[in-house]
Amino acid sequence: MKLDLILRVTTKLLLPFILMFALYVQFHGDFGPGGGFQAGAITAAMIFLYSITYGLAAAQKAVPPGIAQKMIPLGVLIYAGVGVVAMFKGGQFLNYSVLTDDAPHAQALGILLVESGVFITVAGTFISIFYAFAGRGR
Amino acid sequence: MVLLTLMAAITIGIVRIRNLFGVVVLSSIYSFLMASVLIVLDAVDVAMTEAAIGAGISTVLMLGALYLTKTNESDPVYSPIPALLIAFATAGFLAFGTVDLPPFGNPANPIHHHVANYYIENSIQQTTIENIVTSVLASYRGFDTLGETAVVFTAGIGVLLLLRGRRKPKIVKDQEPQNEA
Amino acid sequence: MEISREIIANYNNWVTIFLMVSGLYIVVARGNMVKKLVGLSLFQTSVYLLYISPGKIIGGTPPIIAEGFTVYSNPLPHVLMLTAIVVGVATLSLGLALTVRINEQFGTIEEDEIFARGEDQ
Repeated sequence: MKLDLILRVTTKLLLPFILMFALYVQFHGDFGPGGGFQAGAITAAMIFLYSITYGLAAAQKAVPPGIAQKMIPLGVLIYAGVGVVAMFKGGQFLNYSVLTDDAPHAQALGILLVESGVFITVAGTFISIFYAFAGRGR
Repeated sequence: MVLLTLMAAITIGIVRIRNLFGVVVLSSIYSFLMASVLIVLDAVDVAMTEAAIGAGISTVLMLGALYLTKTNESDPVYSPIPALLIAFATAGFLAFGTVDLPPFGNPANPIHHHVANYYIENSIQQTTIENIVTSVLASYRGFDTLGETAVVFTAGIGVLLLLRGRRKPKIVKDQEPQNEA
Repeated sequence: MEISREIIANYNNWVTIFLMVSGLYIVVARGNMVKKLVGLSLFQTSVYLLYISPGKIIGGTPPIIAEGFTVYSNPLPHVLMLTAIVVGVATLSLGLALTVRINEQFGTIEEDEIFARGEDQ
């Protein structure tokens, strides 16, 4: 039981830092390497770590499978929604320059929204796939 | 470079080893080495993605699949000679194709002259974003990223359709097991 | 510097070809389905190397605009390979899910045993 104890305590200490790092990578994608895909993968890896150390039931209480499954189309909806809003405001599909008055800042706003949509879809997909594989046990 | 030699050695290990658990661990090491090589080649975004997805997600998914199937590969039934011949012939054709490539790292290569210059020069004033890869990915080529997000969505839906129902006992006759929604 | 540049240039290409061909060999010659999927992901990784190594400029820096740097490596292959990595892992997960279902239906994941069972019926 002693080895198990070291793993559990260390995992519990590390998990918030992993989530913080994932959010940092997501929002600093404009200034350094990063972006939606990397952040989604790191968030999913955090849930994997929690599930491997504490069991599948504990991880499913933290992030229920229903919520993870609803996250998958939500991200695609946000992405396509930004494009449709741009169409309503007078530009073409996914033309971010018409979102606000100032064209370069509108581009930055569009990129921020789009990357967050990508983050939600990627994290939801990998967590749902992991739940599907792990819940199929013998 | 040393990293590339290590990758080639690990690849030989992946081909030869029969225990699938060892193969999965070796492929995780391989992804980590690939991420290091990508950093040396100045591709920091791609290296971070490869490290997070290749060494993290892909290893866990393969271990999950191994948990549900068996962990040792059987001995081969067919002789490997035709496959080796195909492999060597393909390698010969590819090596023949690389003879005409421009020299490595030269700034005067034709690849650097057309669109990349436009992106590098205009990314800051048109989008106020310093990471050129992010601005190209999300704004200049945003439609492709929408397609890629749709691919991830489709993969998630496909795996959920295949694996979410309750597991039925193995059926001897040819029947389709029904999935419980 | 010239000689080391020559060696690095050709070495990149040789290792890329070796990785591609060994991935192809695993897919063609091995019968176990999980190992075939590992070989396929090996093949895809060599394609990333194939695309990114021509994009590097010796003396350049990663394509993030900062003060004091004027020569940046080409950002276009990086963008394409980001998409390729994510599509690769999506394909791998679907392939593994199919393998699990095949194992439940037939009891084995070796190709020749499944073919033999198909001929018996």
